[in-house]
Amino acid sequence: MTDPTQNRGSQNHGQRDRTAWTDEQVELFVGNLLRVGVIVAATVAVIGGVLYLARYGSTVAQYHVFHGEPDELRSVRAVLRDAFHLRSKSVVQLGLLILIATPIARVALSLFAFVRQRDRTYVAITAIVLALLIYGLTGASA
Amino acid sequence: MTVLTLTTLIALGSFGAGMLGALTGLGGGMIIVPMLTLLFGVDIRYAIGASLVSVIATSSGAAAAYVREGYTNIRIGMLLEIATTCGALIGAYVAGLISTSAIAIIFSLVLVYSAYRSFQPRDEHGTGGASDRWAIRLRLEGTFPTPNGMQAYSVHRVPVGFSLMFVAGILSGLLGIGSGAVKVLAMDQAMRLPFKVSTTTSNFMIGVTAAASAGVYLHRGYIDPGLALPVMLGVLAGALTGARILTVAKVGALRTVFSIVIVGLAIEMLYKGIRGGL
Repeated sequence: MTDPTQNRGSQNHGQRDRTAWTDEQVELFVGNLLRVGVIVAATVAVIGGVLYLARYGSTVAQYHVFHGEPDELRSVRAVLRDAFHLRSKSVVQLGLLILIATPIARVALSLFAFVRQRDRTYVAITAIVLALLIYGLTGASA
Repeated sequence: MTVLTLTTLIALGSFGAGMLGALTGLGGGMIIVPMLTLLFGVDIRYAIGASLVSVIATSSGAAAAYVREGYTNIRIGMLLEIATTCGALIGAYVAGLISTSAIAIIFSLVLVYSAYRSFQPRDEHGTGGASDRWAIRLRLEGTFPTPNGMQAYSVHRVPVGFSLMFVAGILSGLLGIGSGAVKVLAMDQAMRLPFKVSTTTSNFMIGVTAAASAGVYLHRGYIDPGLALPVMLGVLAGALTGARILTVAKVGALRTVFSIVIVGLAIEMLYKGIRGGL
Protein backbone atom coordinates (compact mmCIF):
# COMPACT_ATOMS: atom_id res chain seq x y z
CA MET A 1 0.00 0.00 0.00
CA THR A 2 1.45 3.34 -0.94
CA ASP A 3 0.36 6.33 1.03
CA PRO A 4 0.08 9.46 -1.10
CA THR A 5 0.48 11.74 1.90
CA GLN A 6 3.52 10.02 3.29
CA ASN A 7 6.10 12.51 2.10
CA ARG A 8 4.19 15.53 3.22
CA GLY A 9 6.48 15.80 6.23
CA SER A 10 4.43 15.54 9.38
CA GLN A 11 7.61 15.89 11.43
CA ASN A 12 7.97 19.51 10.51
CA HIS A 13 4.80 21.52 10.88
CA GLY A 14 6.48 24.67 9.56
CA GLN A 15 6.78 23.19 6.08
CA ARG A 16 3.05 22.66 5.76
CA ASP A 17 0.84 24.47 3.38
CA ARG A 18 0.09 27.86 4.95
CA THR A 19 -3.64 27.53 4.44
CA ALA A 20 -3.79 24.22 6.31
CA TRP A 21 -4.21 24.18 10.05
CA THR A 22 -1.30 22.95 12.08
CA ASP A 23 -1.90 20.31 14.74
CA GLU A 24 -1.12 22.93 17.41
CA GLN A 25 -3.69 25.44 16.15
CA VAL A 26 -6.32 22.73 15.98
CA GLU A 27 -5.50 21.55 19.50
CA LEU A 28 -5.76 25.05 20.93
CA PHE A 29 -9.14 25.59 19.31
CA VAL A 30 -10.28 22.16 20.44
CA GLY A 31 -9.21 22.85 24.03
CA ASN A 32 -11.37 25.95 24.12
CA LEU A 33 -14.26 24.14 22.46
CA LEU A 34 -14.18 21.47 25.15
CA ARG A 35 -14.06 24.00 27.95
CA VAL A 36 -17.03 25.92 26.52
CA GLY A 37 -18.87 22.62 26.00
CA VAL A 38 -18.38 21.59 29.63
CA ILE A 39 -19.43 25.02 30.93
CA VAL A 40 -22.59 25.08 28.77
CA ALA A 41 -23.42 21.48 29.71
CA ALA A 42 -22.95 22.13 33.43
CA THR A 43 -25.01 25.34 33.28
CA VAL A 44 -27.93 23.67 31.53
CA ALA A 45 -27.76 20.71 33.91
CA VAL A 46 -27.71 23.00 36.97
CA ILE A 47 -30.77 24.93 35.73
CA GLY A 48 -32.55 21.62 35.26
CA GLY A 49 -31.29 20.47 38.65
CA VAL A 50 -32.78 23.50 40.42
CA LEU A 51 -36.12 22.87 38.73
CA TYR A 52 -35.85 19.17 39.59
CA LEU A 53 -35.08 19.73 43.28
CA ALA A 54 -37.80 22.37 43.57
CA ARG A 55 -40.28 19.81 42.32
CA TYR A 56 -39.01 16.49 43.69
CA GLY A 57 -36.61 17.57 46.48
CA SER A 58 -38.83 16.48 49.35
CA THR A 59 -39.95 13.18 47.85
CA VAL A 60 -38.34 9.91 48.91
CA ALA A 61 -35.39 8.74 46.81
CA GLN A 62 -35.72 5.39 45.02
CA TYR A 63 -32.53 4.15 43.41
CA HIS A 64 -31.96 0.70 44.83
CA VAL A 65 -34.67 -0.82 42.69
CA PHE A 66 -33.78 -0.69 39.03
CA HIS A 67 -36.62 0.06 36.65
CA GLY A 68 -34.83 2.02 33.92
CA GLU A 69 -35.66 5.50 32.73
CA PRO A 70 -38.92 6.23 30.90
CA ASP A 71 -38.83 6.54 27.11
CA GLU A 72 -38.85 10.33 27.12
CA LEU A 73 -35.42 10.36 28.81
CA ARG A 74 -33.88 7.79 26.50
CA SER A 75 -33.59 9.35 23.07
CA VAL A 76 -31.94 12.50 21.82
CA ARG A 77 -35.08 13.67 20.05
CA ALA A 78 -37.42 13.19 23.03
CA VAL A 79 -35.01 14.90 25.42
CA LEU A 80 -34.72 17.91 23.11
CA ARG A 81 -38.50 18.15 22.75
CA ASP A 82 -39.27 17.97 26.48
CA ALA A 83 -36.35 20.16 27.56
CA PHE A 84 -37.84 23.07 25.65
CA HIS A 85 -41.02 22.60 27.63
CA LEU A 86 -38.84 22.98 30.76
CA ARG A 87 -39.55 19.52 32.10
CA SER A 88 -36.91 19.45 34.85
CA LYS A 89 -35.54 15.94 34.27
CA SER A 90 -35.37 16.54 30.53
CA VAL A 91 -33.43 19.79 31.05
CA VAL A 92 -30.85 17.93 33.17
CA GLN A 93 -30.72 15.18 30.55
CA LEU A 94 -30.13 17.83 27.86
CA GLY A 95 -27.16 19.11 29.85
CA LEU A 96 -25.80 15.55 30.04
CA LEU A 97 -26.36 15.14 26.28
CA ILE A 98 -24.37 18.32 25.58
CA LEU A 99 -21.62 16.89 27.75
CA ILE A 100 -21.63 13.58 25.85
CA ALA A 101 -21.48 15.61 22.63
CA THR A 102 -18.27 17.49 23.55
CA PRO A 103 -15.80 14.68 22.83
CA ILE A 104 -17.80 13.84 19.69
CA ALA A 105 -17.47 17.46 18.55
CA ARG A 106 -13.76 17.20 19.16
CA VAL A 107 -13.48 14.18 16.88
CA ALA A 108 -15.61 15.93 14.23
CA LEU A 109 -13.29 18.92 14.38
CA SER A 110 -10.23 16.69 14.04
CA LEU A 111 -11.83 15.15 10.96
CA PHE A 112 -12.28 18.60 9.49
CA ALA A 113 -8.66 19.47 10.27
CA PHE A 114 -7.37 16.28 8.62
CA VAL A 115 -9.47 17.08 5.54
CA ARG A 116 -7.88 20.52 5.42
CA GLN A 117 -4.44 18.95 5.76
CA ARG A 118 -5.34 16.54 2.93
CA ASP A 119 -4.25 13.68 5.14
CA ARG A 120 -6.26 10.86 3.61
CA THR A 121 -5.16 8.11 5.97
CA TYR A 122 -6.26 10.08 9.01
CA VAL A 123 -9.44 11.34 7.36
CA ALA A 124 -10.38 7.67 7.03
CA ILE A 125 -9.32 6.77 10.59
CA THR A 126 -11.15 9.74 12.11
CA ALA A 127 -14.26 9.08 10.02
CA ILE A 128 -14.42 5.52 11.40
CA VAL A 129 -14.19 6.82 14.99
CA LEU A 130 -16.85 9.44 14.34
CA ALA A 131 -19.16 6.88 12.76
CA LEU A 132 -18.79 4.58 15.79
CA LEU A 133 -19.58 7.47 18.14
CA ILE A 134 -22.67 8.55 16.21
CA TYR A 135 -23.80 4.95 16.06
CA GLY A 136 -23.46 4.74 19.85
CA LEU A 137 -25.44 7.89 20.43
CA THR A 138 -28.23 7.42 17.90
CA GLY A 139 -28.31 3.93 16.50
CA ALA A 140 -27.35 1.43 19.15
CA SER A 141 -30.11 0.08 21.30
CA ALA A 142 -30.23 -2.95 23.51
CA MET B 1 -34.03 9.71 52.67
CA THR B 2 -35.40 12.59 50.62
CA VAL B 3 -34.15 13.38 47.13
CA LEU B 4 -32.65 16.67 48.35
CA THR B 5 -30.62 15.00 51.13
CA LEU B 6 -29.44 12.20 48.88
CA THR B 7 -28.48 14.64 46.10
CA THR B 8 -26.40 16.72 48.53
CA LEU B 9 -24.65 13.69 50.01
CA ILE B 10 -23.87 12.24 46.58
CA ALA B 11 -22.53 15.59 45.37
CA LEU B 12 -20.21 15.82 48.41
CA GLY B 13 -19.05 12.23 48.03
CA SER B 14 -18.43 12.76 44.31
CA PHE B 15 -16.43 15.90 45.07
CA GLY B 16 -14.17 13.87 47.35
CA ALA B 17 -13.90 11.09 44.76
CA GLY B 18 -13.03 13.53 41.99
CA MET B 19 -10.38 15.24 44.10
CA LEU B 20 -8.74 12.00 45.22
CA GLY B 21 -8.94 10.67 41.69
CA ALA B 22 -7.10 13.69 40.33
CA LEU B 23 -4.52 13.71 43.14
CA THR B 24 -3.66 10.04 42.85
CA GLY B 25 -4.05 9.79 39.09
CA LEU B 26 -6.46 6.88 39.47
CA GLY B 27 -9.48 8.82 38.24
CA GLY B 28 -12.79 9.47 39.99
CA GLY B 29 -14.74 6.73 38.20
CA MET B 30 -12.80 4.13 40.14
CA ILE B 31 -14.63 4.96 43.39
CA ILE B 32 -17.88 6.52 42.14
CA VAL B 33 -19.47 3.17 41.32
CA PRO B 34 -18.51 1.43 44.62
CA MET B 35 -19.52 4.56 46.56
CA LEU B 36 -22.96 4.72 44.95
CA THR B 37 -23.65 1.00 45.19
CA LEU B 38 -22.18 0.17 48.60
CA LEU B 39 -22.79 3.43 50.48
CA PHE B 40 -26.01 4.73 48.93
CA GLY B 41 -27.54 1.44 47.82
CA VAL B 42 -27.92 2.57 44.21
CA ASP B 43 -28.42 -0.12 41.56
CA ILE B 44 -25.09 -0.77 39.82
CA ARG B 45 -26.52 0.03 36.36
CA TYR B 46 -27.57 3.54 37.44
CA ALA B 47 -24.19 3.94 39.14
CA ILE B 48 -22.28 3.01 35.98
CA GLY B 49 -24.38 5.41 33.88
CA ALA B 50 -23.69 8.29 36.27
CA SER B 51 -20.01 7.41 36.43
CA LEU B 52 -19.66 7.41 32.62
CA VAL B 53 -21.05 10.95 32.49
CA SER B 54 -18.59 12.09 35.16
CA VAL B 55 -15.69 10.49 33.26
CA ILE B 56 -16.56 12.59 30.19
CA ALA B 57 -16.82 15.76 32.31
CA THR B 58 -13.40 15.19 33.88
CA SER B 59 -11.74 14.39 30.58
CA SER B 60 -13.17 17.39 28.73
CA GLY B 61 -12.61 19.71 31.69
CA ALA B 62 -8.95 18.75 31.99
CA ALA B 63 -8.28 18.83 28.24
CA ALA B 64 -8.17 22.62 28.04
CA ALA B 65 -5.34 22.66 30.59
CA TYR B 66 -3.46 19.84 28.85
CA VAL B 67 -3.72 21.45 25.42
CA ARG B 68 -1.71 24.45 26.56
CA GLU B 69 1.16 22.11 27.39
CA GLY B 70 1.06 20.80 23.84
CA TYR B 71 1.78 17.12 24.40
CA THR B 72 -1.26 15.33 23.01
CA ASN B 73 -0.44 13.17 20.00
CA ILE B 74 -3.70 13.43 18.11
CA ARG B 75 -2.71 10.81 15.50
CA ILE B 76 -1.92 8.16 18.09
CA GLY B 77 -5.07 9.11 19.99
CA MET B 78 -7.26 8.84 16.92
CA LEU B 79 -5.77 5.55 15.72
CA LEU B 80 -6.20 3.95 19.14
CA GLU B 81 -9.71 5.40 19.41
CA ILE B 82 -10.82 2.91 16.75
CA ALA B 83 -9.90 0.17 19.21
CA THR B 84 -11.36 1.84 22.32
CA THR B 85 -14.67 2.95 20.77
CA CYS B 86 -15.22 -0.52 19.27
CA GLY B 87 -14.42 -2.00 22.66
CA ALA B 88 -16.66 0.50 24.46
CA LEU B 89 -19.67 -0.31 22.26
CA ILE B 90 -19.10 -4.03 22.82
CA GLY B 91 -18.63 -3.49 26.58
CA ALA B 92 -21.82 -1.45 26.84
CA TYR B 93 -23.68 -4.12 24.87
CA VAL B 94 -22.35 -6.93 27.05
CA ALA B 95 -23.28 -4.96 30.20
CA GLY B 96 -26.92 -5.36 29.19
CA LEU B 97 -26.59 -9.12 28.82
CA ILE B 98 -24.73 -10.27 31.93
CA SER B 99 -25.96 -10.16 35.52
CA THR B 100 -25.20 -7.29 37.89
CA SER B 101 -23.35 -9.78 40.10
CA ALA B 102 -20.97 -10.59 37.25
CA ILE B 103 -20.40 -6.88 36.65
CA ALA B 104 -19.65 -6.36 40.35
CA ILE B 105 -17.13 -9.21 40.36
CA ILE B 106 -15.31 -7.94 37.26
CA PHE B 107 -15.35 -4.45 38.71
CA SER B 108 -13.73 -5.55 41.95
CA LEU B 109 -10.92 -7.33 40.08
CA VAL B 110 -10.21 -4.23 37.98
CA LEU B 111 -10.18 -2.14 41.18
CA VAL B 112 -7.49 -4.33 42.72
CA TYR B 113 -5.45 -4.30 39.54
CA SER B 114 -5.62 -0.49 39.28
CA ALA B 115 -4.56 -0.04 42.90
CA TYR B 116 -1.63 -2.38 42.26
CA ARG B 117 -0.65 -0.52 39.09
CA SER B 118 -0.62 2.81 40.89
CA PHE B 119 2.30 1.57 42.99
CA GLN B 120 4.38 0.54 40.00
CA PRO B 121 6.96 3.22 39.28
CA ARG B 122 6.42 4.98 35.98
CA ASP B 123 10.07 5.39 35.13
CA GLU B 124 10.79 7.61 32.18
CA HIS B 125 12.22 5.35 29.49
CA GLY B 126 14.33 6.45 26.59
CA THR B 127 12.65 8.16 23.68
CA GLY B 128 15.00 6.77 21.05
CA GLY B 129 15.28 3.50 19.17
CA ALA B 130 13.67 2.63 15.87
CA SER B 131 9.89 2.90 15.65
CA ASP B 132 8.00 -0.15 14.47
CA ARG B 133 6.82 -0.23 10.87
CA TRP B 134 3.20 0.62 11.71
CA ALA B 135 4.34 3.72 13.55
CA ILE B 136 6.33 4.82 10.51
CA ARG B 137 3.63 3.98 7.99
CA LEU B 138 0.98 5.84 10.03
CA ARG B 139 3.35 8.70 10.95
CA LEU B 140 2.78 8.34 14.67
CA GLU B 141 6.12 9.75 15.78
CA GLY B 142 6.04 13.20 17.30
CA THR B 143 7.90 15.75 19.34
CA PHE B 144 7.36 17.10 22.83
CA PRO B 145 8.75 20.13 24.64
CA THR B 146 11.58 19.60 27.14
CA PRO B 147 13.80 22.12 28.97
CA ASN B 148 16.32 21.56 26.14
CA GLY B 149 13.86 22.31 23.36
CA MET B 150 11.67 20.05 21.28
CA GLN B 151 12.56 16.40 21.46
CA ALA B 152 11.51 13.75 18.98
CA TYR B 153 10.26 10.39 20.22
CA SER B 154 9.77 7.06 18.55
CA VAL B 155 6.76 4.77 18.88
CA HIS B 156 7.00 1.03 19.47
CA ARG B 157 4.78 -2.06 19.34
CA VAL B 158 1.71 -0.42 17.84
CA PRO B 159 -0.27 -3.70 17.42
CA VAL B 160 0.22 -4.56 21.11
CA GLY B 161 -0.88 -1.07 22.17
CA PHE B 162 -3.88 -1.28 19.84
CA SER B 163 -4.97 -4.63 21.30
CA LEU B 164 -4.61 -3.41 24.89
CA MET B 165 -6.70 -0.36 23.99
CA PHE B 166 -9.46 -2.66 22.77
CA VAL B 167 -9.49 -4.27 26.23
CA ALA B 168 -9.47 -0.81 27.87
CA GLY B 169 -12.51 0.13 25.76
CA ILE B 170 -14.43 -3.00 26.76
CA LEU B 171 -13.76 -2.37 30.47
CA SER B 172 -14.77 1.26 30.07
CA GLY B 173 -18.09 0.38 28.44
CA LEU B 174 -18.77 -2.48 30.83
CA LEU B 175 -17.87 -0.73 34.09
CA GLY B 176 -18.30 2.99 33.39
CA ILE B 177 -14.70 3.85 34.21
CA GLY B 178 -11.95 5.64 32.30
CA SER B 179 -9.68 2.53 32.33
CA GLY B 180 -6.70 4.82 32.88
CA ALA B 181 -4.58 1.98 34.25
CA VAL B 182 -4.89 -0.13 31.09
CA LYS B 183 -4.38 2.89 28.83
CA VAL B 184 -1.17 3.73 30.66
CA LEU B 185 -0.08 0.12 30.31
CA ALA B 186 -0.62 0.31 26.56
CA MET B 187 1.03 3.67 25.93
CA ASP B 188 3.78 3.71 28.59
CA GLN B 189 4.84 0.11 28.60
CA ALA B 190 3.97 -1.24 25.15
CA MET B 191 4.34 1.78 22.88
CA ARG B 192 6.95 3.45 25.09
CA LEU B 193 5.66 6.97 24.70
CA PRO B 194 7.06 9.74 26.90
CA PHE B 195 5.20 10.07 30.21
CA LYS B 196 3.57 13.44 29.44
CA VAL B 197 2.51 12.38 25.97
CA SER B 198 0.80 9.21 27.16
CA THR B 199 -0.95 10.99 30.04
CA THR B 200 -2.43 13.77 27.92
CA THR B 201 -3.27 11.52 24.98
CA SER B 202 -4.93 9.09 27.38
CA ASN B 203 -7.03 11.93 28.83
CA PHE B 204 -8.27 12.82 25.34
CA MET B 205 -9.13 9.22 24.62
CA ILE B 206 -10.95 8.63 27.92
CA GLY B 207 -13.62 11.22 27.03
CA VAL B 208 -14.17 9.85 23.52
CA THR B 209 -14.33 6.25 24.77
CA ALA B 210 -16.85 7.13 27.49
CA ALA B 211 -18.97 9.08 25.00
CA ALA B 212 -19.25 5.95 22.83
CA SER B 213 -20.77 3.85 25.60
CA ALA B 214 -22.70 6.71 27.24
CA GLY B 215 -24.96 6.83 24.18
CA VAL B 216 -25.79 3.15 24.57
CA TYR B 217 -26.46 3.61 28.30
CA LEU B 218 -28.77 6.52 27.56
CA HIS B 219 -30.85 4.42 25.16
CA ARG B 220 -31.08 1.64 27.70
CA GLY B 221 -32.39 4.06 30.33
CA TYR B 222 -29.36 3.60 32.61
CA ILE B 223 -28.61 7.33 32.85
CA ASP B 224 -30.81 8.87 35.51
CA PRO B 225 -30.73 12.69 35.50
CA GLY B 226 -31.32 13.02 39.25
CA LEU B 227 -28.32 10.80 39.97
CA ALA B 228 -25.97 11.77 37.15
CA LEU B 229 -26.27 15.50 37.91
CA PRO B 230 -24.74 15.55 41.44
CA VAL B 231 -22.16 12.94 40.40
CA MET B 232 -21.11 14.90 37.32
CA LEU B 233 -20.90 18.28 39.07
CA GLY B 234 -19.25 16.84 42.17
CA VAL B 235 -16.58 14.90 40.30
CA LEU B 236 -15.87 17.82 37.96
CA ALA B 237 -15.46 20.33 40.80
CA GLY B 238 -13.39 17.82 42.78
CA ALA B 239 -11.11 17.03 39.84
CA LEU B 240 -10.47 20.70 39.10
CA THR B 241 -9.72 21.36 42.79
CA GLY B 242 -7.47 18.32 42.94
CA ALA B 243 -5.52 19.42 39.86
CA ARG B 244 -5.01 22.84 41.46
CA ILE B 245 -3.63 21.55 44.76
CA LEU B 246 -1.66 18.74 43.12
CA THR B 247 1.60 20.68 43.32
CA VAL B 248 1.42 21.26 47.07
CA ALA B 249 -0.08 17.97 48.24
CA LYS B 250 1.96 15.04 49.57
CA VAL B 251 0.74 12.51 47.04
CA GLY B 252 2.72 9.52 48.28
CA ALA B 253 0.87 8.99 51.56
CA LEU B 254 -2.45 9.89 49.98
CA ARG B 255 -1.99 7.26 47.31
CA THR B 256 -1.36 4.60 49.94
CA VAL B 257 -4.53 5.52 51.82
CA PHE B 258 -6.53 5.68 48.62
CA SER B 259 -5.28 2.28 47.47
CA ILE B 260 -6.20 0.71 50.80
CA VAL B 261 -9.70 2.19 50.47
CA ILE B 262 -9.96 0.84 46.93
CA VAL B 263 -8.90 -2.67 47.93
CA GLY B 264 -11.42 -2.54 50.79
CA LEU B 265 -14.18 -1.50 48.41
CA ALA B 266 -13.10 -4.23 45.99
CA ILE B 267 -13.37 -6.91 48.67
CA GLU B 268 -16.84 -5.75 49.66
CA MET B 269 -17.96 -5.60 46.03
CA LEU B 270 -16.56 -9.05 45.36
CA TYR B 271 -18.35 -10.42 48.43
CA LYS B 272 -21.66 -8.82 47.49
CA GLY B 273 -21.23 -9.82 43.87
CA ILE B 274 -20.74 -13.46 44.79
CA ARG B 275 -23.52 -13.42 47.36
CA GLY B 276 -25.81 -11.59 44.96
CA GLY B 277 -26.50 -8.68 47.30
CA LEU B 278 -26.12 -5.91 44.75
